[in-house]
Amino acid sequence: MLGYAGTILYIDLTTGKSRTEKTTEETAKKYIGGIGLGMKLWLSNSKAGVDPLSPENPLVLSLGPVSGTMFPTGGNGHAFISKSPATGGVGEAVSHGTFGAELKRAGYDAIVFTGKAEKPVYLWIDDEAIQLMDASRVWGKSPGETEDAIKDEIGDYYVRVAAIGLAGEKQSKMANIINEKTRAAGRTGLGAVMGSKNLKAIAVRGTHDIKVAKGEEFMDMVKEFHERMKGPASMRYRTLGTVENLTIANDLYCMPTKNYSGSHLDKVETINADEINERFVAKIIGCNSCAMRCEHEALVREGPYKGALARIEYDNLWALGPNCGVDKLDSIIKAAELCTYYGLDATSTGVTISFLMDCHEKGILSHEELGGIDAHFGNGDAVVQLVEKIGKREGIGDLLADGAKAAAAKIGKGSTELAQHIKGLEVTGYDLRCLKTAALAAAVSFRGADHSRSGAYQLDMKGKVDRTKAEKGRGKLVKEGENMLAVIDSLIVCKNSKATYYKELADLAKLYSAVTGLDMSSAELEATGERIINLARLINIREGLTRNDDTLPWKALNQPITEDGPAKGAVVTQDELDLLLDDYYNSRGWTVEGVPPATKLQELGLAEFKSIVEGKEA
Amino acid sequence: MVSLHNRKFISADSDKCVGCQVCEYACSFTHDKVFNAVKSRIRVVRSNQSMKSIALTCRKCQEPACVAACPRDALSQSLETGTIIIDQDQCNGCGWCIEACNYGAMMMHPESKTVYVCDLCQYRPDGPQCVKWCPEEALTVVTSDVLAQKARLNAIKKLFQEHEELEK
Repeated sequence: MLGYAGTILYIDLTTGKSRTEKTTEETAKKYIGGIGLGMKLWLSNSKAGVDPLSPENPLVLSLGPVSGTMFPTGGNGHAFISKSPATGGVGEAVSHGTFGAELKRAGYDAIVFTGKAEKPVYLWIDDEAIQLMDASRVWGKSPGETEDAIKDEIGDYYVRVAAIGLAGEKQSKMANIINEKTRAAGRTGLGAVMGSKNLKAIAVRGTHDIKVAKGEEFMDMVKEFHERMKGPASMRYRTLGTVENLTIANDLYCMPTKNYSGSHLDKVETINADEINERFVAKIIGCNSCAMRCEHEALVREGPYKGALARIEYDNLWALGPNCGVDKLDSIIKAAELCTYYGLDATSTGVTISFLMDCHEKGILSHEELGGIDAHFGNGDAVVQLVEKIGKREGIGDLLADGAKAAAAKIGKGSTELAQHIKGLEVTGYDLRCLKTAALAAAVSFRGADHSRSGAYQLDMKGKVDRTKAEKGRGKLVKEGENMLAVIDSLIVCKNSKATYYKELADLAKLYSAVTGLDMSSAELEATGERIINLARLINIREGLTRNDDTLPWKALNQPITEDGPAKGAVVTQDELDLLLDDYYNSRGWTVEGVPPATKLQELGLAEFKSIVEGKEA
Repeated sequence: MVSLHNRKFISADSDKCVGCQVCEYACSFTHDKVFNAVKSRIRVVRSNQSMKSIALTCRKCQEPACVAACPRDALSQSLETGTIIIDQDQCNGCGWCIEACNYGAMMMHPESKTVYVCDLCQYRPDGPQCVKWCPEEALTVVTSDVLAQKARLNAIKKLFQEHEELEK
């Protein structure tokens, strides 16, 4: 069983003791790795109803069989899995860079952290040698500063580090975990889980060989995918970057602006992909093993934010820009830099700030209550100031640090209608009112509001379906997209490489076999994707989530798009949502309440978890 | 003996290099049939918040400091190609050559505990594999003459660009 390191490491941070278990072939084939393996390990090592920020909540770091190999985009991935403090359900975030490759070479498929260290520590993994190190010197520092300090302390430049920032230490439910300074396991607040364990960082050096089962076949695949990645399937990522989505979404009137007040901007020339690339992008860098490098580093060269440097993608550009009514790139880049500095998920942070601006404009929060910050839509300086406040949990930042849902619950006064989230996780930059397949996908996404759990927004935006229509058949489309992405995030290969798998699951099955030597057909892989989605659903059910949580933000359900254009009047009614949910549950073989019946679990090899659904199947 | 002008080595263009480490994988797979950066003869360095990346390997110096530094005469330079030849029986892994090399091109093999260095994939008919696999075409096999030519062309390009910008 090549591809796998063969070892799962368990670390109890309370006692400082560690032990290892073998990765069995059965587990490997059933859950692959990444989010699949991570959720399995989380579920088997936790109790129902566990407080996400308590020592009893395990934090899992997992790799895929492809991690550590030369497969383009696949060599470098890692995933964090836990119970999300933001949603109370599955918390999961994948990141790339080079950390995952290093950890694989150190000899691990996954690490399960439990307990809580007495004092701030970081974990130092030097192949088989595991040590908890004093982190008092780096406590309070940014992930980047922490990385430098740890490399310095250990005395090895090639040590790879994943760390939390101040936001994670202060257990902000929007805190992320950053590796190699710019790459984030961003969503669902897992930085807070790490912070709650007094675990500042994980540093790793790995020197063991990674072998693949079918060397020649594997290298032929690498060559083939190097070629594909030079072609049209990944052109967007290689050239202008994901920021190109801004113009595409804007032209379709599906780019939410000012906290979902609108869905379109008349002028985007000051923030579009051309402007970013011509005036700000200083360097494009690539992750380990990648052949379609996409990471656009934007540098502010003049003005009050001179020197600000951040990785810019559509997601943070949208959240900190149009979503807050801001059309100035220098402040957007500064705000993005600060998100990375404090270790905050930029999407959630931007949407929480836009929520605050909405509250302010509607008179729910006064200028004084905002601590004197002029939080009007369009004020980029205010966004920068607010990110700073949230990062430090200072003043108004303390109110916002746990996200829009939590802030609205504290503010009251009808502000919950302005909080754009699903299950407690803030929305992303695709207007769900006029992207109805995406709306269904976001409603059922196991980690809350998110476009990347199924990629359904692409079907809407590319015109493969009538995006303004809610109709039967969308459930099947969302299901297929989810299964595919569950496999992608378990192998782990980069979601940005999705379009290069021309034969989709057949390509990935071939890759799995070439790496591991285990037989895998595309049908088996499809079933594996389905198993992983069902597993996620089981976790959410065990933690108390129901059909009622598969919903949309208030504005998406109640406030139609007003701008003249192709999406005018679009909104998702509750009836439409119910129709879509019924169709989706039906195509999944779940009950109308969205519960996988015991027979389904049996079919998928998940019978060991059937007690979770007992009494809920009716 | 090959003159300095004809001696070939691998050079990375830091403007093109994105730091992806594909060269490291290609190198370790070619020589050891495994993927392992610490067995690669070429290593990637990213610095200044990733704004600069470059891959470094042996430059086949005319008077190689590594050879001069070896107290056991384990190292010699091929007259034909300029490649550093390591006598595995003589090398005891003391690391003087590693310290002497200005480019970090000499490396200690984690298992044999002797040093190893880029051999330009001399047994591969299609030449150095890192160059072949680099997705950014940032790596090239060059001679110092070729590098000088490139530098001149870049200088001219830059001069005229600045000139044009001034005229605007």
